[in-house]
Amino acid sequence: MSHYSALSVFLNALKGNQNWQRAWRDPAPKPKYDVVIVGGGGHGLATAYYLAKEHGIRNIAVIEKGWLGGGNTGRNTTIVRSNYMMPGNTMFYERSMKLWENLSQDLNYNVMISQRGQYNLCHSPAQMDAARRRGNIMRANGIDADLFDRAEVKRRLPYLDYSATARFPIHGAIFQSRAGTARHDAVAWGYARGADRLGVDIIQQCEVTGYIWDKGKITGVQTTKGEIRAGKVGLAVAGHTGHLADMAGLRLPIETHALQAYVTEPLKPMVDPVISFGAAHFYISQSDKGGLVLGGDLDGYNSYAQRGGLPIVEHTLASAKALMPSLSRLKLLRHWAGVMDMSMDGSPFITKTSVDGLYLNGGWCYGGFKATPAAGWCFAWTIAKDEPHPDNAEFTLNRFERGYQIDEKGVGPKPNAH
Amino acid sequence: MLRINCPVCGTRDETEFTYGGDATVVRPAMDETRAQLWLDYVFNRDNPRGPHTEYWHHVQGCRQWLVMERNTLTHEVGECHLAKEAC
Repeated sequence: MSHYSALSVFLNALKGNQNWQRAWRDPAPKPKYDVVIVGGGGHGLATAYYLAKEHGIRNIAVIEKGWLGGGNTGRNTTIVRSNYMMPGNTMFYERSMKLWENLSQDLNYNVMISQRGQYNLCHSPAQMDAARRRGNIMRANGIDADLFDRAEVKRRLPYLDYSATARFPIHGAIFQSRAGTARHDAVAWGYARGADRLGVDIIQQCEVTGYIWDKGKITGVQTTKGEIRAGKVGLAVAGHTGHLADMAGLRLPIETHALQAYVTEPLKPMVDPVISFGAAHFYISQSDKGGLVLGGDLDGYNSYAQRGGLPIVEHTLASAKALMPSLSRLKLLRHWAGVMDMSMDGSPFITKTSVDGLYLNGGWCYGGFKATPAAGWCFAWTIAKDEPHPDNAEFTLNRFERGYQIDEKGVGPKPNAH
Repeated sequence: MLRINCPVCGTRDETEFTYGGDATVVRPAMDETRAQLWLDYVFNRDNPRGPHTEYWHHVQGCRQWLVMERNTLTHEVGECHLAKEAC
């Protein structure tokens, strides 16, 4: 496999770009691996990459029922940030942010990380107080945060609605300058190429249909391409976590819900940072192609269908228009949905399970993309060492029975409200 | 848009309703002391990919709680009856 560089781009261009090699192999599954990761999205591929790179375990397969990054890795709104304040979350997401900052160099693959900054708008004095508290906790943990008043937000983001008739007046914003966006497909492709170069077998079009059991321990998976034995099996399957856990006899604190995202027709550069509305669930950024990327609420009922309904489209666009009236005549180009494994406290799981040989990375709600590097890094650690790293030590399944939920939003066990 | 067949009001848009989650979850008796049963009731779910029995509250209609069958993979809506009739 060739190393990507400015020189390789130049030399290949001279030869008419005829000699690029494929970025990863397409092997048939071997009968046995040390570790099998189920799920070829960003999380699964990152896990395989860090298992091989950090822990020297190279006899690994990543198996994917569709194609790489075809699930939530390719369906999110590409935002990365680390503005968390609950113990258990804070340092995990900051690890992720630090990995993002060096990911293109580490993978020798341009994941197009763009630290354009993220504003969380505040629309009441109480929200400003909460933002100040959050910012202080972030700063105490060494994470960058700034609090801006209305005048400063208006200077920086002049296109928001500051009129006397604005439905939700803007009081200020909390800002993380290191937050931003990354190219979501490139994250899957970069990790796939990186893992493949370290010897990991990436097997697509291979669906898990069951597990291989030996005296109560999972020792492999049954797939549409036959049996694959494994020393350890790791799940990184996002919305389908409940389904694969059910096959292993586990009942989890998870519900699967559909979340939609939207892209408008392309515009000249207009929205240079990421902006989150504080009065409703809505956020916006602008892609390099010019389309405004919008996100909003869940559809609200359990769903495994990767498509959503129109009531939430209307709700999201009403939020967009309340925040930025100038968007009112824009047309939507596309909208789509992914299925989220919504946990009961809004926080994820990276943990061993009660079944020997089975490891779980799931419950990401709609925050999985930003977590990709650290989730892979910590899941690899947990699988290799059979114990969590301190950064994912709180992401256990038994935190509910112990009373140690990590409820960042404070809404209780309501998966459709996180 | 889901169209929900309310036994009182007839077929109405989903926007008139609030979702109430898995209707097969049963609250333990108030004198139940086994923590595992309360844990299952509050936090753990079957989360099926396929047929799902679920609560809907017709909050902008007759204000009745309903129990409806719906497929989580296809969104196909099935039988719907008043929750109080199931008790």
